Amino acid sequence: MFRAAVIGTSYGGLNALKAIIPHLPKDFPLAIFVVLHIGDNKNDSFIQYLNKQSKVKIKEAEEKEEIKAGTVYFAPPNYHILIENNSTIALSTDPKIHHSRPSIDVLFESAAWHFKNQLIGILLTGLNHDGALGIKEIQKYCGITIVEDPETAIATIMPASAIEIMKPDYILHLDQISKKIIELSKLD
Amino acid sequence: MNPNQLEDLENIDIEIPLFLEAIFQKYGYDFRDYSTAHIKRRLMHRMAIGRFETISQMQDKVLRDKSFFISLLEDLSINVTEMFRDPEFYSSFREHVVPNLRTYPFIKIWHAGCATGEEVYSLAILLKEENLLDRCQIYATDFNRRVLDIAKLGIYPTQDLEKFSRNYIESGGKGKLSDYYTLKYGSLKLDQSLSKKVVFADHNLVTDNVFAEVNLILCRNVLIYFNKDLQNKVINLFFKSLSSSGFLCLGTKESLRFTQLESNFANIDSSQKIYKKRIN
Repeated sequence: MFRAAVIGTSYGGLNALKAIIPHLPKDFPLAIFVVLHIGDNKNDSFIQYLNKQSKVKIKEAEEKEEIKAGTVYFAPPNYHILIENNSTIALSTDPKIHHSRPSIDVLFESAAWHFKNQLIGILLTGLNHDGALGIKEIQKYCGITIVEDPETAIATIMPASAIEIMKPDYILHLDQISKKIIELSKLD
Repeated sequence: MNPNQLEDLENIDIEIPLFLEAIFQKYGYDFRDYSTAHIKRRLMHRMAIGRFETISQMQDKVLRDKSFFISLLEDLSINVTEMFRDPEFYSSFREHVVPNLRTYPFIKIWHAGCATGEEVYSLAILLKEENLLDRCQIYATDFNRRVLDIAKLGIYPTQDLEKFSRNYIESGGKGKLSDYYTLKYGSLKLDQSLSKKVVFADHNLVTDNVFAEVNLILCRNVLIYFNKDLQNKVINLFFKSLSSSGFLCLGTKESLRFTQLESNFANIDSSQKIYKKRIN
């Protein structure tokens, strides 16, 4: 049984997330953590927009917040997000990784260590290499890995650089990803 | 799941507290109540860089090799900062805190966890522009002596200058940032007059006590690295250090919410995390 999913994306990520999150059912049994590179910009309005379109709850992650199933947590701009041993959220202002804070690698790695084989890692469209090492780490600890097919990705570098260094469990077109996550979430 | 890998992770969770205990026993630096997620990330990376097989192997090294400990101390300290970081905080500070500070004949300020000092100089610039700097005594502290040395010099690489200048303007700066520094040999050197009211000193929030009564404490983006117990302990230290009606400024994503002393502080700006100690 899966407990959490992590999603990483940068350029083209707004569109990609719109194609996934609104499809999740109200009683979705996993917590979801999202790192979206948007520079110094706030993501309040995008969160608000997604909340209107979606059945799951979407919010910005807060420091020491307790993780709840059926909730989507966005990393705040300019903070890395990590998962604590006691299933709470940690934020950090550590240096940028791949010119990015939040960094996908930081979230993926920390989620891999905490959720192990109860984690789904999803890497979508993006213009840099962030996330490749992270999704490899998820695989190392037996989580399920999904990478967006570079053919459908708005920016191919991010998914392609993951596929270069690991063999994802699934390489899927964007419109197939939400279906796969829902299917996986129903497994015992 | 691959049983070896799972066992590795289980062992790491056992080894990390032992490792931190060893550092504390041997060197007196106490990271035992830091956030586990941060510590784990930093130690795992040090382990990979140093090609250690296990945390226990690294513990053996840290106990016997002081220079290795010094490099670990760098890994575990929090040194990321920039001038006028979170410009909105500084504009709120001008609006909400400065008018109050004006009413004091003498203002004592504690900047806790100042790292390389960029935010200390930012505060000094702001206070200078508000004609308050001459009335201030600023104590800027950190447990890492190497970063304090950099802070004392006030010399920074120019690579972030564009960001600093943009932050300064967004923070409501009244002049130009270039009024406060000179460029030399590819570095920027901040005006000496900014630090004449600043004492940079070694202080560890985890193991040291109150060292002065102050009217204002800034401690931004330090508490997020601590666990709940340590957060409570440090906030209690701040509470004891603040004079009546003194101000406490935390990082934008930090909060007194759910801490034991929450009710002892009033919210001055809830989005910028500016608090005021209530009169008992």
